[in-house]
Amino acid sequence: MTSRDVLFAAVGLITAAAAVLAVTNRRVLHAGLWLVVSLGGLAGCYLVLGAELVALVQLLVYVGAVVVLVLFALMLTRSGGGEVDTSPAHRWLAAGVGAGMTVLLGGALVAAYGWDTREVAGPGNEHIGEEIFGTWVWPFELLSLLLLAALVTAVAVATTGHSRDRAA
Amino acid sequence: MSPALPLLLAAFLAGIGTYGVLARRHAVLMLIGIELLLAAAGLILVTVGQFSPDPHASGAVLTLFVITIAAAEIVVALAVIMAMFRTRGEVDLTGEAQPAAPEEQPANSGAGTVTR
Repeated sequence: MTSRDVLFAAVGLITAAAAVLAVTNRRVLHAGLWLVVSLGGLAGCYLVLGAELVALVQLLVYVGAVVVLVLFALMLTRSGGGEVDTSPAHRWLAAGVGAGMTVLLGGALVAAYGWDTREVAGPGNEHIGEEIFGTWVWPFELLSLLLLAALVTAVAVATTGHSRDRAA
Repeated sequence: MSPALPLLLAAFLAGIGTYGVLARRHAVLMLIGIELLLAAAGLILVTVGQFSPDPHASGAVLTLFVITIAAAEIVVALAVIMAMFRTRGEVDLTGEAQPAAPEEQPANSGAGTVTR
């Protein structure tokens, strides 16, 4: 056990506990706020793993933008104290599927990589930047196109419901 | 450090995300489950990229791409959910598949005005 292992275990426990609370909390806004903790904890995990750039982007994009959007959507779609979870039988089935997913995925990944200690030798930020604008430049440009399309689509979809509402 | 720890956390996050997708009726809360699934995918990519590096830095770069695609996906999904809320007045995923009948529109438009 190195100090990195201990640090990762601590941050990972926070992430996992917040994720559990985010999917089980009955109060919708609290679930969204626990998602903030969980994704922020995940950024900490990336930091412990030595991927600083990914950690910062995760913090900026997820915690800064996506979760704020989710929180606004949760506040805008509040329609009284309706039930937010499915029936208990359905939830037990979902828990079984989730546990099966965890066991299968965890078993396969740990079997592939093993428990023995390895050196953390990821690429540096400079190298990542060179690769994004070198090898991966066309996927990168396509992604900017995708973001533009998503923006236009979101505005179109959201305002379509609006105009129909006004006509009614 | 041992790669098993982050990989087990990723497997746990994937299981929790699956539970969230299957056990939630509120559409936005179901999206939280999808976010956790994508987070698990990103954690696997970063872990593999850090422990067995390659010359193209695929692990980190692909995680950045996944984060970008997740942002685009959540924007469109929330727009669809907002349109659904305007026409139906609720975002319950176990509701009826057919939209509300035309004569019920005035009652729903009352809920729609609140959101403007």
